[in-house]
Amino acid sequence: MNTVNTKVNRIDASFAKLRSEGKKAFIPFITAGDPSIEASYLIAKAMIENGATLVEFGVPYSDPSADGPVIMRADERALANGTRLADVFSLSSRISTEFPLIPVVLLLYFNSIFVYGLEKFFTACEMSGISGVIIPDLPLEERDEARPAADAHGVYLISMVTPVSQERAKRILAQAQGFLYCVASLGVTGERSSYATDFKSYFDSLNEGSDIPKCIGFGVSTPEQKRELEAYCDGVIVGSAIVRRIEDCIAEGISEEAIAARLGDFVHEFTEVHI
Amino acid sequence: MSKGRFGEYGGQYAAETLMFALTELENAYREAQADPTFDLEFKTLLREYAGRPSLLYRAERMSADLGTQVFLKREDLNHTGAHKINNVLGQVLLARRMGKKRVIAETGAGQHGVATATAAALFGLSCDVFMGEEDTRRQALNVYRMELLGAKVHPVTTGTATLKDATSEALREWSRRVSDTYYVVGSVVGPHPYPEIVRDFQRVIGDEIRAEMLEKYNRLPTALFACVGGGSNAIGTFYPFIEDASVRLIGAEAGGEGVDTGRHAASLTGGTIGVFHGMKSIFLQDDEGQIAPVYSISAGLDYPGIGPEHAYLHKTGRGEYYAVTDEEAIDAFEYLSRMEGIIPAIESAHAVALLRKMHAEFKPEDMVVVTLSGRGDKDVEAIGRYRGQIV
Repeated sequence: MNTVNTKVNRIDASFAKLRSEGKKAFIPFITAGDPSIEASYLIAKAMIENGATLVEFGVPYSDPSADGPVIMRADERALANGTRLADVFSLSSRISTEFPLIPVVLLLYFNSIFVYGLEKFFTACEMSGISGVIIPDLPLEERDEARPAADAHGVYLISMVTPVSQERAKRILAQAQGFLYCVASLGVTGERSSYATDFKSYFDSLNEGSDIPKCIGFGVSTPEQKRELEAYCDGVIVGSAIVRRIEDCIAEGISEEAIAARLGDFVHEFTEVHI
Repeated sequence: MSKGRFGEYGGQYAAETLMFALTELENAYREAQADPTFDLEFKTLLREYAGRPSLLYRAERMSADLGTQVFLKREDLNHTGAHKINNVLGQVLLARRMGKKRVIAETGAGQHGVATATAAALFGLSCDVFMGEEDTRRQALNVYRMELLGAKVHPVTTGTATLKDATSEALREWSRRVSDTYYVVGSVVGPHPYPEIVRDFQRVIGDEIRAEMLEKYNRLPTALFACVGGGSNAIGTFYPFIEDASVRLIGAEAGGEGVDTGRHAASLTGGTIGVFHGMKSIFLQDDEGQIAPVYSISAGLDYPGIGPEHAYLHKTGRGEYYAVTDEEAIDAFEYLSRMEGIIPAIESAHAVALLRKMHAEFKPEDMVVVTLSGRGDKDVEAIGRYRGQIV
């Protein structure tokens, strides 16, 4: 089963194109199934139509220990309405089929993969057109457990690096695939008004190690922050700020179509300079 | 396989933000192990501050009642009232050695929180404790105790508002302030090197049992009983006897309202292999790995998983683990109070209950040791309520 998959991964193609055009990636995150799988489909579609480069679907989890309160609540809502991995695969499949150039990436805790079964999981990823997975609790030391199955199905394991990775960063870079998820600051996911991180030296040292595309996430919540941060790297990832807007829409009781339209507009605020 | 494995269990499934801290912790621990002054200081604190050794008490009335020789390992007599202080003193010494100014901890019943707050006061460190909101109600006395000792208690409202959620919140807080904060994990759970460190600091329980049995009776015990939530008092009791095949190692899990009701916390009895809170082990979870809401009358055993070394002892058959219901534990709580004049923690009462259930397997000449992991003052009110009495 460990044959190497030779298809070009959409993540590589997307970043190659962006770099050749001198553009930056904008990567929105939503929790799949919040408030429903159909809504997630409509929101993802609206975000792509408004310039998202790649979409990241969070697989809802009962105990998301790397996430802050906004995404924790989204996970609770998605689980309460019965979202399961099969739903996330069908959502991914619809998006990846409808938008053949847009990479779909899942963010999920390792237990969701491990209990489902590694081979079964990565087979389903391949069949659903999923280009990569981000597993926040599978560090360098444990990646060999998932790598063979992921490789066999052409699914990238997206690595995370943090400002405190220090000498680990070199080893992380050496096995990074697709793009490197650069955590902007310590702590869990959630919006931040400012950062204590010295981004110049953070990215200088990462760029020295490898030219793999680098995107920054954790706390990015405004177009101004995005413009400031993307100067250092290849793109930004926005999660909690988007999920919080979905939560606001749910509280207002507006239709799923209206939620999607509003989130499309929100993404447009981030991407308009490039469209 | 990565570091910190017990068979396939264990490992280091932690967020990248924490990996540097875990490596730093492991390095500091290896240096401490090689430094005789560390061990000397730890042993001195155990003796002069925690009040060790805790002695074996030969429970004559229980022995007569159960038809075998019963010994109680009195961890309830330690300073702060439970075995938790053993581990905490070791870890806070490590924290000081690493130059950390602040410690954080999760707590279920509050005993680990109280022990951490105590050691933080002793060493002049600031201390924040995360405790499920449900548990702050069940164990209000311990909340006050922690505050009295100068700790700040943070009620955790997410999920089931119990120990697992407190643990997740402590992990989140650690990832926010990883450079100045030491996370004092309370049981043999979490990513490597915690299961090993906590076991090493708790093995004093089993080492003392072994030494005292050999000295007084020139033999090893027939069986050891201990309650198991994450499993720290149990591994502390069992570990020095793992190579002694004649000694049965028996753990009592929290059966709640019964393992067939779905309202329990008996991970090894009803769980499956998974990865959670940094470790691969056995967890109560659904077919897609969502962690189950668990239940036990005992806040200290109300956890959906178990330490990886216990999962391994269970898998290899070296350890035996059985579920004890709330009702059986409460009966044992009352039984020990009346038979021996010892009010045990409701957690420890699970171990007493298991011996009562299994006593027919032991002969009059056998010697069985039950570790009383803690004292029951904290539980009096909740048990009274369970029995319909307002205390």
